[in-house]
Amino acid sequence: MTGVAIVGIGMHRFGRTEGVSGRAQAVHAARAALADAGLRFSDMQFGFGGSHSAGDADTLVSELGLTGLPFINVANGCATGGSALIAADAAIRSGQHDLGIVIGFDKHPRGAFNTDPGEHGIGAWYGETGLMVTTQFFGMKIQRYLHDHDLKAGVLATIAEKAFRNGARNPMAWRRKEMTADEIAAAPMISHPLTQYMYCSPGEGAVALVLCRADRARAYTDKPVFLQGVAFRSRRYGSFEVFSPWTAIDRADPPTVEASRAAFAAAGVAPSEVDVAQIQDTETGAELMHMAETGLCAHGEQEELITTGATAIEGWLPINTDGGCIANGEPIGASGLRQVHENVLQLRGAAGEHQVPGDPRVGFTHVYGAPGISACTVLTR
Amino acid sequence: MIDGKRTVDDTLFTDTPEGTALRGSRCDDCGAHTFPTQGGCPRCTGSAMREVPLARTGTLWSWTVQGFRPKSPYTGTHEPYGVGYVELTGQLIVETRLVETDPEKLTIGMPMELALVPFRDDPDGPVHTFGFVAVAS
Repeated sequence: MTGVAIVGIGMHRFGRTEGVSGRAQAVHAARAALADAGLRFSDMQFGFGGSHSAGDADTLVSELGLTGLPFINVANGCATGGSALIAADAAIRSGQHDLGIVIGFDKHPRGAFNTDPGEHGIGAWYGETGLMVTTQFFGMKIQRYLHDHDLKAGVLATIAEKAFRNGARNPMAWRRKEMTADEIAAAPMISHPLTQYMYCSPGEGAVALVLCRADRARAYTDKPVFLQGVAFRSRRYGSFEVFSPWTAIDRADPPTVEASRAAFAAAGVAPSEVDVAQIQDTETGAELMHMAETGLCAHGEQEELITTGATAIEGWLPINTDGGCIANGEPIGASGLRQVHENVLQLRGAAGEHQVPGDPRVGFTHVYGAPGISACTVLTR
Repeated sequence: MIDGKRTVDDTLFTDTPEGTALRGSRCDDCGAHTFPTQGGCPRCTGSAMREVPLARTGTLWSWTVQGFRPKSPYTGTHEPYGVGYVELTGQLIVETRLVETDPEKLTIGMPMELALVPFRDDPDGPVHTFGFVAVAS
């Protein structure tokens, strides 16, 4: 069985781009990824992709080229990019195809997401009474987590300070202005204990990746990055998840724990070997919790790692080096692939001002989303 | 109408000798509970679910305060509202509105009980949903 390599990456800048549709941003990213690999769309043997609010990915062929390739739409909320990657990985690893593209893109209206409970199999009452709000869930999850692990809420502002500092060094980021932890902590409270600047915002952007059989990667690039492990998991009975009218008293590991464990196992890599990590930070509590859920550190250790700078770009466990969701916003379909794009830049040594020093060799990505799903990747050079 | 009050969805509620309770379901095979009712058991994957009233009292498991008015499909009034999960001993942890909106007065572990609370004003009068309030100790 062959391995899988990423040989081309492309991105449309995240944030707000007035007058440019989500589909146009996707085409921009796809062309950039193809150019990066020195390929044309007619070379692609398959496509997987998706967006949440910006149209069907398979319709992009009208602009990219009507070549007859199988292009399959993927829709898994925040894990849309991860699911597209899993599908591409399987298509190549199985020997079905040698070379293809994944595309994630989105363009959301301003303000928090408003989701229809009916799409989640929940009665209309849940939305009408104001419980179908993602920001609330994250407030309650971190509230319980701080209580269980005896952590102080002050660290939540420090995480956002790092995100904006990294975003300021990333030309593709949306939020490029640094903020102090004090300013972040003093901002309006959205869902206690999380303030306005501790949350990411729905936004716009697109990412595309060209993948191929690992043994052919050097035909397209002299710096291939290998997809060593990729895994997706949904929730188990007893895990506490977004959009849950109830949860079980018996606690179970969340999908992040199981997806990251499976991705590391597939790669034959230990979490302690990770040189750079992009983990879901839809708000700063998520980064805090996901640091431990992914196995990058132990529960309760995060406060010291964050306050001593270990998770900064120059630290020994750099996390969200491109500014994460907080500085980039969250175009749902593109967000997971942004993380992979950033890790490819890091492993190539091409991340410029936000490059992690010391020639990182192992990268890790993690997304989490409704209704309790997680997708993770382990990348090496 | 539940207890003479208009509610967002009467099927969420059931009568008990102690008063109105949330209507849940319990698996005959493994004992798992759900809210609202459903036909399949999320724990053992069977389909032997039976309707049961859920406990009217519990303890606060986690909480937050909704700081902005949610977009549609929210239909409630503009006032801030508390949101929490309340553990109903031996059954499940239910998500609920909280009557209390002052973070200083909310603590994980505090005892709470079910109430029918107004959340929206319709031309015909207030519409209620379930909420939990602190039990005076």
